[in-house]
Amino acid sequence: MTLLLFYTAALIAVLATVLTITRTNIAHALLYLVVSLLSIAVIFYIIGAPLAGALEVIVYAGAIMVLFVFVIMMLNAGKKSEDQEKAWLSSTSWKGPSLLCFILLVELLTLFDEGISGTVTTQISAKEVGILLYGPYLLAVELASMLLLAGLVGAYHLGRDEQVSEEDSP
Amino acid sequence: MNGIPIEHGILLSAILFSLGLIGVLTRRNILFVLMSLEIMLNAAGLAFVIASARWQQADGQIMFLMILTLAAAEVAVGLSLIIQFYKRFQSLDMDLLSKLRG
Repeated sequence: MTLLLFYTAALIAVLATVLTITRTNIAHALLYLVVSLLSIAVIFYIIGAPLAGALEVIVYAGAIMVLFVFVIMMLNAGKKSEDQEKAWLSSTSWKGPSLLCFILLVELLTLFDEGISGTVTTQISAKEVGILLYGPYLLAVELASMLLLAGLVGAYHLGRDEQVSEEDSP
Repeated sequence: MNGIPIEHGILLSAILFSLGLIGVLTRRNILFVLMSLEIMLNAAGLAFVIASARWQQADGQIMFLMILTLAAAEVAVGLSLIIQFYKRFQSLDMDLLSKLRG
């Protein structure tokens, strides 16, 4: 049963990724990319890494994809985006991703059902990862925080308007 | 791994990585290239988590966390670069960037 779930999720991941890199419309590609990330999160749960699965949904499919959506919306302001909004209301654009998402949801519900009866036994819990993360890997955590700070400063510097900076320094 | 052969997991991660690489090499829209980079990073993370589950060690998941952090920082900087690029060229075509060489 676990094998069947794994192969279905893997098939959905590959299919969604192929559809991502072959779309011409960037918003459709983004929808399929989110489906691909969600299916990988289900795979993480199946192989017994629930923390990684949760982080995949929260950080990858949530935060990073929202950044992409923001930028796509920023770059597409105007008449062209209005036509796009109309096109999105037709069902053709979201039928595929929602079908794949539905299959993933069915898989996840089956997994929860099985998990109660004790099929998913070998799990690496969040506690183990946390103990290791703040023990031997403390330096890596510090390095990651420095990397995030550098990313924040870099994004702020690159993203601000140039006119503002000229007014600031006459 | 609950009975799943590790070869198949690694094969899946290799397929996803190759798909991301094909995306980077073939697409000319810079947003698509950034998305394909995300796919490649994600495939690398998948390989780490699968290995971690195979040997029941949490170290692989910690590497996955590091990849997650790296992807977040990379996307923040990359997207702000794309916004600057769009302001200058009014386009998302990556080939225009060849004008950048000094």
